[in-house]
Formats: sequence, structure tokens, C-alpha cells
Amino acid sequence: MSELALDTAAPATLWQRFTRKSLPLLALGFLVILATVCFLSPWISPYDYKSQNLLLGPTSPSAEHWFGTDLLGRDLLSRVLQGGLISITVGLIATLVALFVGVIYGIVAAELGGRFEDLSMRVIDIISTLPLTLIVVLCTVVFGQNIWLIFLAVGGVSWLTMARIICTKTRQLKSRQFVDASVALGQSRFGIIIHHYLPNLAGTIAVYATLTIPNVLMLEAFVSFLGLGVKAPMTSWGLLIKEGTDVMEQCPWLLIIPATTFALSLLSLSYLGDGLRDAFDPRSNKN
Amino acid sequence: MFLYVLKRLAEMVPVLLLVVITTFFLAHAVPGGPFDKERPLPPEVKLRLEAYYGLDQPLVIQLKNYIKNLLQGDLGPSLKYPGWTVNEIIGSRIPVSATLGTVSIILAILIGIPVGVLASSYPNSSLDRVPMGFALLGICLPAFVLGPILSLLFSKTLGWLPPCGWGSPIHLILPALTLGLITAAPLARLTRGELLEVGQLDYIRTAKAKGISPFRVRFIHVLRNGILPVVTYLGPATAALVSGTFVVESLFDVPGLGRLFVTAIINRDITLILGTTLIYAVALLVLNLIADLVKAALDPRLLRKNT
Repeated sequence: MSELALDTAAPATLWQRFTRKSLPLLALGFLVILATVCFLSPWISPYDYKSQNLLLGPTSPSAEHWFGTDLLGRDLLSRVLQGGLISITVGLIATLVALFVGVIYGIVAAELGGRFEDLSMRVIDIISTLPLTLIVVLCTVVFGQNIWLIFLAVGGVSWLTMARIICTKTRQLKSRQFVDASVALGQSRFGIIIHHYLPNLAGTIAVYATLTIPNVLMLEAFVSFLGLGVKAPMTSWGLLIKEGTDVMEQCPWLLIIPATTFALSLLSLSYLGDGLRDAFDPRSNKN
Repeated sequence: MFLYVLKRLAEMVPVLLLVVITTFFLAHAVPGGPFDKERPLPPEVKLRLEAYYGLDQPLVIQLKNYIKNLLQGDLGPSLKYPGWTVNEIIGSRIPVSATLGTVSIILAILIGIPVGVLASSYPNSSLDRVPMGFALLGICLPAFVLGPILSLLFSKTLGWLPPCGWGSPIHLILPALTLGLITAAPLARLTRGELLEVGQLDYIRTAKAKGISPFRVRFIHVLRNGILPVVTYLGPATAALVSGTFVVESLFDVPGLGRLFVTAIINRDITLILGTTLIYAVALLVLNLIADLVKAALDPRLLRKNT
């Protein structure tokens, strides 16, 4: 009863707690605007991202080309937007796959418990012992340069940490009294997972999701560095940065602009993750 | 203690065996083989080659033979570099990656942990905000951006260091600095976060109330407990560095394991893939064990729970 009273006394909603600090809010705003602009880029970008203008060649930022043009005279702003469209989509899809697999695996392992849980965690230990490079490069070799399949695969290997965290958290929930009460009332296992575990895990899942997207974006950049990423003339942030480093002395803007966009996005995701963690767990607000 | 180490070492054997089996089937599941070149080989030559390397036999027999040789320390012949054994190829690369990795991780520890301690000592001051800003930037920049920037600065502009190559200690600086900084960034953030969390615990308040000097509280009471998760993080991080990093090795033309590994996968050089994966797995398991031993030394309770 006393817990109930406490809850009504301080009815700060998740959103209110989240908006208390300005940095996570700013990060969220930046990400929403960036993602919107990138997703609308096929309609609103100033130039076609793949139309070349060899007569123009590389030019530094100007009134006609806000971000300048690359070696083939393609408008960098349009390419950064198109690259963002690819990178963000890839990041989201791989993260969703990782969450889906990780959450189900973790919950099921903890709910069944005992020997099954031990075994499930050993399987994760063994998969973690395989180098990530092996899996990523093998997938790119197998799936050719089909970016969707590659990142389905990347998502498929990024779920390990998620499954571990979810398993630990679920085990803690399992021994809580409200779960016992629910079992006593005849709630089914599935019902307990839906009504008790998932809502209580929402915070962990949200925080971890914002932290997985940067990892996936980094992996995408790594695959592009290997030359196994998206195929030209299609582009992604990783590929733009890679191309930028090749000509960083002659045309520094070709590196600085994509790298800054990339770093700012990762930075925002990191702040967003911190903000979400604080909002979901008010106790961690102290520092 | 001795028994604990022995038990952990014994546990590694089945894990490594499973790693070998998984990698073996993964590598064989990939379409295409090591003898597929731009100009296809005559079929009879390919058949002879496959028979020579035993690739014509059923997978399970191949696996059995591989494991049998492995137990005698023989990783088999390379399929892509005729006349070379995997032992020879990997053996020539291990010292390079191990040196680079060791120097990098020492650099990362020397930078990351003191910065984290300093930042957590003065939270939300400029001594916290500025280094943590750099740390966040370090997390957000891929190695292949930081590497060329450092190279541009120290080699092209200042002319202090060679841009790439391997052989003398001076060649070590740029790649080690790149890897060290990239690893130091998350290390500093982790150290700061953990120390702040431990600093709020009751026993720290008690220690302060007892009148123990703030310096002693910070370095003996807080650091000793707060550093445990950092040590956990260092295990896999060190393993990743000493077993070779593709990006930095390619940027600075370092003949290490990372490049060998990626080339082996692209070439479908199955024995070489297995060999390098095994090296990584051994490094990871051993370093995780070392990390656990360091943690047990810091907090002897951990050992009692585990044995």
C-alpha cells in the first residue's frame, strides 16, 4: 500500500524525467531532424546524389554546393543525406534484429532457468569467443554486397550482450513478489512475460538499443573500409568517410563533413542513451 | 588458487574444441573454395589439389584429421600460400601483433585510467568535462579517421615519424598511438562512471566520516573496488589488440595478424582461417582468466564465490 502512495505522490512521467536535462533532449532533437531530412532526401536533396559533373570536379563548400563537391563533381550534401538514409536504415534494422533475438533469448533462458539457463549462457560464451571479424567478413563474402543481408547478419551477431543483460535482469525480476503473486493467481508463463517482464525490461531495452546503433554504424564503417560495403554509386556514411580519408590533404572537406555528421550522430545516440537511463532509473540521477 | 587456475584451464579445452568445430563448418559453408581464381583451374588440376589437401573427403573425416593434427600442434598447410604451413605464417606474424597490441594496451591504460580517476575526482568541473568530451569524441571516431589524422599531423606536417612501415621502434609509435587512444576513450569513461558509483556507497561515507584522508579514500577505498569492471573490460579489449587489428595494420602497413586474418577469409584459406581464429580464441580465454585473477587479487571474495 505504501508503495502505491509513493507512486501517486511523485507522478513524474518518463517524459518529464527525460526532459529535465537539456543535453539528451537536444540529442533527440538532432537525431529526429537528421533522420527526417535523410529519409526525405530523395525528394528534397538539392542534387541527384549520383549525377557526376566532371567539368566541375572537386570544389570546396559554396553557395551552390553547401558541402562542396567530390572528385567526380557530385554534390556532397546530397551524398551525405543519401549515405545517412542507408546508414540509419541499416543501423535501425540491425539493432531491431539484435533486440528481437536478444530479448527473446534472454527472457526464455531466465524463465526456464536451471540447467537450461546455464547451457544458454554457455552457448553465448562460445559464440563470443569467435572473432566478430570472421562472422562479418564471412557474411559479406557469402551475401555478396547485398547490404540488407549483411546487416541482418550483423544484427544476428550483435544480440549476445543484449541476451546476457536481459537474462540477468529477468532472473532478478523472477524472484520479485509481484511475479510470485501472479503465478499464485494462475497467470501463464506467457502472460507473465508479456505483463510483468517486458514492461519492467523496457528501460534496459531502450537504453541498450541506443547503444547498439552506434556499434552497428561502426561495423558498417569497418565493412566499407574493407571495400565490402555498399556498391558505388550508392553510398553510406562509412564509405563517404573512407573516400574522404583517401583525399584528406587535397580536399579536407570531403573527410571533415561526413566524419562530423557521423561523429555527431554517435555522440547524440550516446547522450540519448544516458538520458534514457536516467529517466528510467531515477536513482542514477544523483551524479 | 592453483586449483582454480587449473580448473579454468581445463574448461578452456571444450570451448576451444567447439570454436574449432564451429569455425570449421562456417568456413566450409562459404561457397567458393581456395582454388577458385580469376582464371578457373582445369578441373583435373583442381581435383588433384583437393585430393592432395584432403578436401575431397567427407567434412567429418576432414575435421577429425584436423583435430588430430591440432593436438600435435600442427595447424596444417596453407591452401593459398603453397609450401608454407599455417604454423610458419602465423608464427611470423604473432610477434608483430603482440608487440603492437601490448604497447597499445599499456598506452591505453596509462591514458584512460588516470583520466577517468581525475574526472571522477572533480565531477562536473572542467577537469571532468573537457577530458570526457575528448573521450566521447574518441568513441565516435572510427580508427580509420584518427589514424590518417595522426599520420597527417606527426608525419606529413611535423615530419617526426615515418608514415608507415615496420621494423624499428619508431614505426611503432603511430599505430600504437591510434590504437591506444581509441581504446583509452571508453576506458576513461568506464573508469569515471564506476568510480562515481562506488564513491556514493555507504562504506565510503563511513571511511570519510572516520577521518581517513580524502587521498587515501579515493585511491585505496574507491579505486580498489571501482576498478573491477574496468579490469573485466580490459580482458577482451587486450585480446582484440594483441591478436591483430585489421584497420590500423592496413593504414600503417604493419605485417600483423589482423590483415592476415581478413585476407585468409577473403581467399577462403580454410586452414589459415582456423589457425588465426584459434589464436584469437586462446588469447581471449587466457586474458579473461588473467583479468579474473587480477580481480581476485583486488577482491579476494570473488575467488571464494567461484570455486
